[in-house]
Amino acid sequence: MTALTALRRKDLLAIADLSPEEISLILDTAEAMKEVGERPIKKVPALRGKTVVNLFYEPSTRTRTSFEIAEKRLSADTLNIAVASSSVVKGETLADTALNLEAMNPDMIVLRHSSSGACHLLSRICKSAIVNAGDGMHEHPTQALLDAFTIRERKKKLKGLKVAIIGDLLHSRVLRSNIQLLTKMGSEVWVCGPPTLMPAGIAQFGVQATSVIDEAIADADVVMLLRIQLERMEGAYFPSLREYFSVFGMTEARLKQAKSDVIIMHPGPMNRGVEIASEVADGPYSVILDQVANGVAVRMAVLYLLAGGANDEAAA
Amino acid sequence: MKRLLKGGRVVDPVNGIDGVHDILIDGDRIVRVGRDLPVDGAQVVEIPKGLVICPGLIDMHVHLREPGQEHKETVATGTGSAVAGGFTAVACMPNTEPVNDNANVTAYILARAAEANLARVYPIGAVSRGSRGELLADIADLRRAGCVAITDDGHPVATALLLRRAMEYAGMFDMPVVEHCEDQTLKGDGVAHEGFHAASLGLRGIPGACEALGAERGILMSELTGSAFHVAHMSARASLRAVRNGKAAGIRVTCEVAPHHFTLTDEALGTPIPYDTNTKMNPPLREAADRDAMLSGIADGTVDVIATDHAPHHYDEKNVEFDRAPFGIVGLETAVPLALDRLVHAGVIRLPRLVELLSVNPARILRIPGGTLSEGAPADITILAPDLKVAIDAAALRSRSKNTPFNGWELRGGVAATIVGGRTVYVNSQVGLNL
Repeated sequence: MTALTALRRKDLLAIADLSPEEISLILDTAEAMKEVGERPIKKVPALRGKTVVNLFYEPSTRTRTSFEIAEKRLSADTLNIAVASSSVVKGETLADTALNLEAMNPDMIVLRHSSSGACHLLSRICKSAIVNAGDGMHEHPTQALLDAFTIRERKKKLKGLKVAIIGDLLHSRVLRSNIQLLTKMGSEVWVCGPPTLMPAGIAQFGVQATSVIDEAIADADVVMLLRIQLERMEGAYFPSLREYFSVFGMTEARLKQAKSDVIIMHPGPMNRGVEIASEVADGPYSVILDQVANGVAVRMAVLYLLAGGANDEAAA
Repeated sequence: MKRLLKGGRVVDPVNGIDGVHDILIDGDRIVRVGRDLPVDGAQVVEIPKGLVICPGLIDMHVHLREPGQEHKETVATGTGSAVAGGFTAVACMPNTEPVNDNANVTAYILARAAEANLARVYPIGAVSRGSRGELLADIADLRRAGCVAITDDGHPVATALLLRRAMEYAGMFDMPVVEHCEDQTLKGDGVAHEGFHAASLGLRGIPGACEALGAERGILMSELTGSAFHVAHMSARASLRAVRNGKAAGIRVTCEVAPHHFTLTDEALGTPIPYDTNTKMNPPLREAADRDAMLSGIADGTVDVIATDHAPHHYDEKNVEFDRAPFGIVGLETAVPLALDRLVHAGVIRLPRLVELLSVNPARILRIPGGTLSEGAPADITILAPDLKVAIDAAALRSRSKNTPFNGWELRGGVAATIVGGRTVYVNSQVGLNL
């Protein structure tokens, strides 16, 4: 069997749709893309003449910037459309927006939307390739890919690693994509948070779930913290941010139970002193900024491979 | 004009009939039922072998959308859909615009039904003015105008106190209170059954306990008031348990289950079409254990009625993000194929029990004519074709809306013809029946 050289799919909607071979292909391709970003002239012609629309229905700095840089390094023509959620209510439907964009024949649409499955709706309407940049509480596939890339860079593998993911599990699309990716690649995934923030049927996700943080951290190779939003307190998911930190906050003391070469990850934006202590966020185990850096390379790989990969034109 | 339906299998549980009989109709009435009736000048209709003649089916939970939402459905299109689905009568919910909380709206609906002249229409009035859950609607007025029950469907009655008062007051007319059972604080902004499938798709959950709390509340109020209480569109096994216990305690509680809740599970949220908004309804498609509980409740007699919760929505309203789409699917034209295929052919129940669920019991609960082929009864008759191969085609539905998750399904069993008041209002061209 020959190795894959392209993603033979129109869209990237969810990690759930990908095979382990496709995940490996994206991660391997991202290594070459990372090298592009380290050159004095950080540009390759791979997507020259292609139009990429970044359609963002939710505010996002990190993800949108990362996609835009990735697109520009691949020489695509990019445009950003930021839609305030408030205007959606009285304005155009997503279906109509999609049809209007489609009429201008873009090659790819990168969609961030607050509704789970919004990218599936777009995919059914559009011939363009759809890249999911986060849909509601469902998935954020490029985040999981950049997380895996970062883990692989440090640990040289994914298989057999104990990865503990701690925080607001219920509302997290990053969690769902990471569970899909890491379990497909053979990691041992532990998830931890208060029972109020645990998704229903978590046992069927193929992970170990616990509300005892020491169990989750013990001998972990990777500890990933998820953002705790202030609104969750108002929803009575937990009593106070102070109490959350006292039970689930990642401190240096707690971290001692993990492996000595543990890495600390966070998809951002961080709440210092809530899910993570500043000493940990800024400490020697933290790879949080590596994640951001790798995001560009991984997104370049995804866009390049969806556009046809090596079948089309050489990357560099 | 007399017509003699000759040679069909007649299933009339009220009279203990299940066998080949003839039925003589004179005008709008059934005159005689028996073996080898003399022709005596009547027009003879030979019923082909394999067809089943039963009392007209009654769907006690439909949304006809008129007045106010005619882009989704009208009384005319809804009753057209009803007769094509084998229903000779429907009870329509009051959540129209304006709400059916007064005699004028009831009279309007009945006038439109008379114009359409297809299925019989029995309006169900609102419990509270505007269904706002504050003041009682003019229930005696509604009764006089033709309403057969009251409900604030779409929502539960706002408070236990108002529900108590409504049951006490409606009890005066022996009108049942039909309740959309739901604890709204527990529902929150949920859009799908709380479980693995919603969790993996990132959809906010609605647990079964949300419905069961509403069912328990109503059953307790029924015990307190002695009035009849009917659980609409039951979906959760905990609600079934509550109804079963209530019945065992002698409380006047009845319940209905919709075909989608005995057929589908929450797995349909993700497959075959991920986030298909035609799998979004309230109550939601539940997990397999709940679906199986509905089947066992249908088999053991705990469930009284199959009702569709026919909820038409325009294509544009459903062609949106899942969490923004309205709840509900159309059901009138898919109910009989699903019930025959999934209940009768699957061996869950036999035909006479299906006729109880679709005709006898809704007539009894709403205290309306029908549910039997007794001599002297209105000639409301449904002829079933239990072995007909039916392919569901959403585009071909007679309802104005096409929002069904069953498009493309192939099922065994359908409707051959529908007769309302002695008048043939629907004949299925796939069945060789000369009516």
